[in-house]
Amino acid sequence: MASSNNTFMGYRRENSRVGVRNHVIILPVDDISNAACEAVGNNIKGTMALPHSYGRLQFGEDLDLHFRTMIGTGANPNVAAVIVIGIEPHWTKVIVDGIAKTGKPVTGFAIEQHGDLETVATAGRKAQEYVQWATELQREECDMSELWVSTKCGESDTTTGLGSCPTVGNMYDKLIPKGIYGCFGETSEITGAEHICEARAASPEIGKKFMKTFNAYQDDVIEAHKVDDLSDSQPTKGNIEGGLTTIEEKALGNLEKIGRECKYIDVLEPAEAPEKGAGLYYMDTSSAAAECVTLMGAAGYVVHTFPTGQGNIVGNPIVPVIKITANPRTVRTMSEHVDVDVTGILRRDMTLDTAGDALIEMIRRTSNGRNTAAETLGHREFVMTKLYRSA
Amino acid sequence: MAEPQFLVHSPKDNVGVVVIEGLEAGTDMLGVITENDTTINVKSEHDIPIGHKVALTDLKEGDTIIKYGVDIGKMVGDAATGEHVHVHNLKTKRW
Repeated sequence: MASSNNTFMGYRRENSRVGVRNHVIILPVDDISNAACEAVGNNIKGTMALPHSYGRLQFGEDLDLHFRTMIGTGANPNVAAVIVIGIEPHWTKVIVDGIAKTGKPVTGFAIEQHGDLETVATAGRKAQEYVQWATELQREECDMSELWVSTKCGESDTTTGLGSCPTVGNMYDKLIPKGIYGCFGETSEITGAEHICEARAASPEIGKKFMKTFNAYQDDVIEAHKVDDLSDSQPTKGNIEGGLTTIEEKALGNLEKIGRECKYIDVLEPAEAPEKGAGLYYMDTSSAAAECVTLMGAAGYVVHTFPTGQGNIVGNPIVPVIKITANPRTVRTMSEHVDVDVTGILRRDMTLDTAGDALIEMIRRTSNGRNTAAETLGHREFVMTKLYRSA
Repeated sequence: MAEPQFLVHSPKDNVGVVVIEGLEAGTDMLGVITENDTTINVKSEHDIPIGHKVALTDLKEGDTIIKYGVDIGKMVGDAATGEHVHVHNLKTKRW
């Protein structure tokens, strides 16, 4: 199963997309179906339940986002097959039908008129069938250009702007021209660098689309809900401990993740799948790590690169999250969370070019099957983005 | 080259970032400007934690702070060359 530097061994799915993991997931439509999903996940080894907090009485754009996130998660190429369990059959069917468009095996179960116990038994039999089928699937050689790689940084400090974020940027500058899909977001953390971000759009129209998204966030979220100057949230206490002072300073470090050359070719809604071909995309996301990674996974990204300074420990159930840090204190105190150590950039004994190559090699190894630090530590944060209160 | 105690993004910047743990006041620091790989020397006047900023010139209340070659906020107190610049004396102009 050796692969060259330009290829990796991945799972080619029914719709020809390539995954780097082979999960059979048990997906709850709603919060009250978590228990049944977790019971199936416990009974049938090799499956994984994805409990979450929402899915009841949502409406409008918020409900659309819920369905898009559920369907996108099931449709992600890192997932081989899906069991969907909801309290009633109608919304369950919406999600099953959406995932089924990929051609992968998916079956839905509704709890009403059956109860948890019967549902767990029948869903468990189907889950067992899926696991035995999925475990016979073989990895095949795929070109690196078939990867979809997203990014978001967390617990940032001044070392992320100096080291780990530019490392991701260097990776994108090298892999985007080879044909991968990229994605960055974090609308709140562009604040202070929004005009620099606007200028990195592939066209003035796309730049305007970004500014519309950015301004809507400022007006509808920040101005509508703020009670102070946000200095307790942006930057966070961890950011400040790490030496960051203002949102502008944080945003400039954040934008280092898109490198020197890349231009983004579209602005995506949260969890929206990119449809303009290979290239870099901007997604309107929260800057909260688990929410952002969950949305990018739902859009179809199969590997996530995560620069951290002070040591954000986030993972995701279906997407391997690769941690990169340039902070020597973080490497010294919490090395079990670090996949790529680029502290050499701060010592000036590692160039950005070398660091970018080290990250690309870790992306390739992770895509081949190497478990990330977050995977080995059991980090499976699956967090839905909620736009407003339910009905 | 010896390992630097601090890094600076752009030659336009008036602050640098301490990149070693345990920096003490009175250290003759070597700094590198990463954009053009030139070096500068500044003596630290405070113990400054890793990741925190050091003033590269005498900064007065109201001065604009430049990092990455860009405005990141304004001083709300003074900091002489080599002193610690952080949330106690640097704020955003935005909110």
